[in-house]
Amino acid sequence: MKKLFNGKYTLVIVTILLFIVMYGSGAAAYPSFLSLDVFLNLFVDNAFLMVTAVGMTFAILSGGIDLSVGSVIGLTTMVSAHLLEKSHMNPYLVMIVVLTMGATFGTVMGFMIEKFKLHPFIVTLGGQFLARGLCYVISTDTINITNPVYTSLATWRWYLTDTAFINVNVMIFVAIVIFAVYLAHYTQFGRTVYAIGGNEQSAILMGLPVARTKVLIYTLSGFCAALGGVLFTFYMLSGYALHARMIETDAIAAVVIGGTLLTGGYGYVLGTMFGVLILGTIQTLIMFQGTLSSWWTRIVYGILILVFCLFQRIFEANSKKVRVDTQKRECADTKEREATSDAGGTATSTISA
Amino acid sequence: MSNNDLILSVDGVSKQFPGVKALSNVSFRMFKGEVHALMGQNGAGKSTLIKVLTGVYPTDSGTILLGGKPIAPMSTHDAQQLGISTVYQEVNLCLNLSVAENIFIGREPKKFGMIDRKAMKKSAASLLKNRLNLDIDVSEPLSSYSIAIQQMVSIARGINIDAKVLILDEPTSSLDEKEVNQLFDIMRKLKNDGMSILFVTHFLEQVYSISDRITVLKNGELVGEYFTEDLPPMKLISAMIGKEYKAADYAKSKAAAAEQSASRQTILNVRNLERKGSINEMDFSLKKGEILGLAGLLGSGRTETVRLLFGIDKADKGHFEINGKPVHIHSPIAAIEHGFGFCPEDRKIEGLIGDLTVRENIILALQGRTGTFKTIPRSKQVEIANKYIKALGIKVTDCEQIVSKLSGGNQQKVILARWLATSPAVMILDEPTRGIDIGAKSEIIDLILDLCQEGMSFIFISSELEEVVKCCSRVVVLCDRKKIGELEGENISEAKILHLIAEGNN
Amino acid sequence: MAVKAKGEFYKSSIFWALLALGLLLLFNLAATPGFFKIEIKDGHLYGSLIDILNRSSSLIIIAIGMSLVIATKGIDISVGSTVAITGAMAALLIGGNLQIVDGVQTFTTNVPMAVAILGALVLATAIGLWNGILISRIGMQPIIATLILMVAGRGIAQLLTNGQIITIYYKPYFFIGNGFLLGLPFSIYLVLIVLAATLLFTRKTALGLYIESVGINPVASRVTGIDEKKILLFVYAFCGFCAGIAGLIVSSNVKCADGINAGEMFELDAILAVAIGGTSIAGGKFFLIGSVVGALLIQTLKTTIYSIGVPPEINLIIEAIVVFIVMNIQSAEFRKLVFRMKPAKE
Repeated sequence: MKKLFNGKYTLVIVTILLFIVMYGSGAAAYPSFLSLDVFLNLFVDNAFLMVTAVGMTFAILSGGIDLSVGSVIGLTTMVSAHLLEKSHMNPYLVMIVVLTMGATFGTVMGFMIEKFKLHPFIVTLGGQFLARGLCYVISTDTINITNPVYTSLATWRWYLTDTAFINVNVMIFVAIVIFAVYLAHYTQFGRTVYAIGGNEQSAILMGLPVARTKVLIYTLSGFCAALGGVLFTFYMLSGYALHARMIETDAIAAVVIGGTLLTGGYGYVLGTMFGVLILGTIQTLIMFQGTLSSWWTRIVYGILILVFCLFQRIFEANSKKVRVDTQKRECADTKEREATSDAGGTATSTISA
Repeated sequence: MSNNDLILSVDGVSKQFPGVKALSNVSFRMFKGEVHALMGQNGAGKSTLIKVLTGVYPTDSGTILLGGKPIAPMSTHDAQQLGISTVYQEVNLCLNLSVAENIFIGREPKKFGMIDRKAMKKSAASLLKNRLNLDIDVSEPLSSYSIAIQQMVSIARGINIDAKVLILDEPTSSLDEKEVNQLFDIMRKLKNDGMSILFVTHFLEQVYSISDRITVLKNGELVGEYFTEDLPPMKLISAMIGKEYKAADYAKSKAAAAEQSASRQTILNVRNLERKGSINEMDFSLKKGEILGLAGLLGSGRTETVRLLFGIDKADKGHFEINGKPVHIHSPIAAIEHGFGFCPEDRKIEGLIGDLTVRENIILALQGRTGTFKTIPRSKQVEIANKYIKALGIKVTDCEQIVSKLSGGNQQKVILARWLATSPAVMILDEPTRGIDIGAKSEIIDLILDLCQEGMSFIFISSELEEVVKCCSRVVVLCDRKKIGELEGENISEAKILHLIAEGNN
Repeated sequence: MAVKAKGEFYKSSIFWALLALGLLLLFNLAATPGFFKIEIKDGHLYGSLIDILNRSSSLIIIAIGMSLVIATKGIDISVGSTVAITGAMAALLIGGNLQIVDGVQTFTTNVPMAVAILGALVLATAIGLWNGILISRIGMQPIIATLILMVAGRGIAQLLTNGQIITIYYKPYFFIGNGFLLGLPFSIYLVLIVLAATLLFTRKTALGLYIESVGINPVASRVTGIDEKKILLFVYAFCGFCAGIAGLIVSSNVKCADGINAGEMFELDAILAVAIGGTSIAGGKFFLIGSVVGALLIQTLKTTIYSIGVPPEINLIIEAIVVFIVMNIQSAEFRKLVFRMKPAKE
């Protein structure tokens, strides 16, 4: 038991507990919370966020970040709508096209980050502008989707009870989580992501394919954003440039609340999942409450992030190892520079002259 | 050693950088089943040689034969694949991953396309146990283990990749005596199993304890390849510096210091200093113009003590008196105001502001003392900086050079200069000569003794007991976070210190 | 120190940004003859150049504040929300009272305008202090600490305005964003004052050195006797203060307080301006003039796109492309690859 609260799983356990507490209080206040359909709706409504947050988790685990995901979702809806309604392309082909587009977008960003050593914050920020701009180029207005395949996929439901249902969203939600867990813990790619987040220099010296992995992380993030975009398209059945604006902050919030450290190297996909569920629960609670304006959602998100970060800080303060890592990372640029500088006269602490 | 056992043959290797010939026609050989020490001062070319062997740099000329076959590794990965594995002082592993993962990552056992975690754990545990006599929980993150264990995991990773040559680069700097012996046991075991180990170190004692042969480099050139038993310490040092090493006449200055000791006033009095988990209650005092040594094994609490003294860490309890007046030291700012200066153990993390110039680094503490709004005029800054550059012999083109580009010895001098500029009454030095070549080391020690003569008081920590014995007129001995004794004047000797520590363990 | 920086470094950061700016201005001249023309109307200077300076004032001021924050290895993504909150507070304090004064219907203010302005600025600085406390005392990472207000801030602004857009009718308030002094728009003077003050206290006191020191190595700075907590607190409070001034300019300009749209994308533009101007996102040395140039570049870009008749939506794409170009040129690896045609390293 002690190990649970003092080890690598601590933060995630806190997240899970919080979810239970939140959902529980919701149930106490509104009995219908305990019904299956309210619970399943969490998955229905937040599937696109979950998918996006998976990509974001990998980016943050590696010590980076992807600020373009919201715009990529918007772009995906726009491109899908345009291709479906104006070019009358086969809907399945459309899905393949947008997923490829997302992956390519991410790859280009990843390439700039890795090859030219640019900071992920700036590059993905530029990506955000670019994607949003491309949206506007296609159309400044909303394009409604009437394509029968899309509409039927969007409205398809499998009723478990009278009111509770599962739809495409939920299935993809579950599938992506399983896939992400496999990717993170059972593939070399995943372990390399953790390694890079832990100590990139070491990962390189250990012979891991760091450069390739770093690019692939953003490919994955772009792909996930596009997939999230597809789900969002089902949800809204329209393409609009302002769709999913600021979703990246929600995704980052879900990842943080899920126990992943922004410095990288520590965190779990399942944590992010609970983070998404928590955010969804908040929205549901506020909706049920009825009188609070939706702006309160933003404030509650903010408070939650605050509380969780305080938690993370306490966790870090008690676990000296994490702090040492952070300290070392703070001076990582100096070491990096020295480790690669010419022998000239510089004695580094890693390699003695 | 027959040529059949020759595993690594470096022949006529040279490496030039713009303006610097780092390696010049260096040749040496390594045989199977030997521990081979690589020695030389900073700038001798050890680092470059290792970088060449591990694929960081290509050679300009010369050949490297591994197992009889010529190799030219183009990357660290290449070198590893070829069979040359390296363990660095700061373990280059990922502390957030588990022990098993650190050993296997990149070559994990797979089942059905998924990493077989169970098999990985099992293999890791048996590897550690059978080859290194190490029995630990391999599913724990590497960060939960000491540096000594982390190094062993790093060695295990090398073994796992079927290393033929294992390079250990300054592995013992962060280890205590017990851990060093553990490491040496493992090295002997590996040696007997046929591994060739290249051991880079500054510690003379360790070289004689573990190595079979020694290669000495100087100024990028090979001085010689020797059998350890044929090379007594004085000859080794001469080979490294290229001249007769004269043990400085410390005895005289120490005697002089001891004479005046009785008449000196106490400048600092520390009572009941304690911090939970850091050090147990201790008292000590410092007299004006005295060098007080803090001696003890790694982990005995020396650095922790001075960090409390300087206000970097907060003490749970403790009473400080400076010149008889009680003071509170709750932060470095307060300590500086009371006349303390502090050269930290890890100059990179706690000392240097890498991207700033030498001038800025030197005047920084003084500026802090002068106040935020009273800037020291630029011309005065240059004057102060140049004064210390000259006094300490810091090798720079001018005071505007960026500090991260300097060598270790010069960096240390810059930090010393920073504190000297504040004219402290008490100067705390934590491992001031670590990672510095012998020439620079003695310069710094000389400087300390000179300043001491002029009235500055020092608290001096060094892992090289020899230095402590040479400089200090009084030594406080620590063991396991407790003060276990104090030695004065003629009573100070390595033997007596170690004796105290051994006793203190009971 | 940074102002008289070594020729090489200066060249590689601000140089490129200035070059880009120069090229843009020349391009404008080619596309729109009379771009550089400045005429005097009603005792005011008018012209595209004046226009650019005017519109970029709020961004420049935020970029100045952001430069110091980024120099300490931090970031402040809440400035956009702070702009909105400041505008809302000022509007709230001024109110919209219609009264009869001297027989004429005029709008008066609930409190003296100076008090309203002060109140708003105090709130903005308080927000900055809050961020600073989270970061320096509690030790949160800057992006997360400021993310909180970025997320919740607009909600707070909405609360202040009760979900409405409050129109400001009080004429004297318009002077901040629309008035002219000695022929030049008043906001330019605000920029100059803030710039001069910042240059003064960073270069004429040891503050600039401390800020850079904390950004490069906070641990060593502390050991050397720098109160790194106070420095962090200061830079975030100052950034909040700058965002507050920008908020006043913006709300005065559009004559209303809009909780949702005010200050939108400001944080991103400001960070980009700072990065373009040569300050590294990783902290350390900062370049105030560079940030000003960066902000001017971004604004000139926007104006250029508008004036040559390109639909404003393309704005974003072009901005992105320019940013990529400038960032790539600043990257040493990129220059190596493109300009020396060396085969790429591993």
